Amino acid sequence: MKVFGEFIKGLWRENPTFRIMLGLCPTLAVSTSVENAIGMGSAAAFVLVGSNIFISLVRKIIPDKVRIPCFIVIIATFVTIVELMMKAYAPLLSRSLGIYVPLIVVNCIVLGRAEAFSSKEPVFKSILDALGMGLGFTWALVMIASIRELLGSGSLLGFTISKHFEPPLFMILAPGALLTIGLLIGMFNHFIARSRSRKTDG
Amino acid sequence: MDSISAYISIIISTVFINNFILSRFLGLCPFIGVSKSTGPAVSMGIAVTFVTTMASILTWTIYEFVLIPFGLEYLRTLTFILVIASFVQFAEIVIQKKSPALYRVLGIYLALITTNCAVFGVAVLNIDMFFLHGKPLAGSFLKSVVQGFGAGAGFTLAMLLMSGIRERLEFAEVPRCMKDAPITFIVASLMSLAFLGFSGFKI
Repeated sequence: MKVFGEFIKGLWRENPTFRIMLGLCPTLAVSTSVENAIGMGSAAAFVLVGSNIFISLVRKIIPDKVRIPCFIVIIATFVTIVELMMKAYAPLLSRSLGIYVPLIVVNCIVLGRAEAFSSKEPVFKSILDALGMGLGFTWALVMIASIRELLGSGSLLGFTISKHFEPPLFMILAPGALLTIGLLIGMFNHFIARSRSRKTDG
Repeated sequence: MDSISAYISIIISTVFINNFILSRFLGLCPFIGVSKSTGPAVSMGIAVTFVTTMASILTWTIYEFVLIPFGLEYLRTLTFILVIASFVQFAEIVIQKKSPALYRVLGIYLALITTNCAVFGVAVLNIDMFFLHGKPLAGSFLKSVVQGFGAGAGFTLAMLLMSGIRERLEFAEVPRCMKDAPITFIVASLMSLAFLGFSGFKI
């Protein structure tokens, strides 16, 4: 049960986007369409799982003083793998994600999990943690992207929903992203504060 | 050699039209985290400008004279992040030794910059924009440096504006669940909407 908790915490209570607010740059930049969001989410999840496994395996060998550079090298390696694979097998996706794929390397979630979790915990737990965080990141991205795509281009996953709706363009531009995430974080805060106050009342 | 207007247009474009924070979303973490008051916000901006400019110089040089001749372009991500991280560390040590006063102002911000997307982003963007098929375009070195500086200047401008607004926001009555980060995003959204006005510029 406790092991399962490592997986589930990334989805809700410690959701990387809405709760810890790490890795926001790619979240906002690529969430213009659901397709991009899924691509970016799975790329980041792959890097997270790969680097978490690797760091957890070598955690006893790495000297404490140089751990951050070591983590960065490991993460950068996995990012390069994703970058090249995406260029080879999904060139369209790679073009629409642009510089945000190499930018996974400076995504704070990946380094944050390495530092806070996988450098201290055994491999199996690290995998679960990475999967949870990766999935949490992906669903947050998909959620933001579906709101923006629905309102901004009147479609979902590329399918037009209604022809009679004139979409406000600004939702798929930069301001729409900032507005959506601001309101969503506010909503999350509200729900969590409410469930907490209920618990203390009962 | 390009005329001077090409460089001016790069500056205007990176500061206003494609502002790094408000339209490319690079460097959002410090934008939300360190923009509570004007002093630290400006210090952070100056530190970022210094690092983006230097990082542009370093990464361009390494890409042109090391990675391309040896056919190692695919190591770009790995090399750049290492170069930036070690440069930031180096700058921190030098400033600490040479000018303790400056270190007191910029010190902690420099440490935070290593994983700042703006720095890494500008390095990658320079390569994407000013290299074609592994060959530098005309004047690409100077253009990269100017773009690096412009990116930092745009970052500083956005930080300064945001911190000014947030100082006033402290006294506003914001719903409890919207305090701090959420309201900052909403304000940033409005700022970004205003900056969209610049995108009508043709240069």
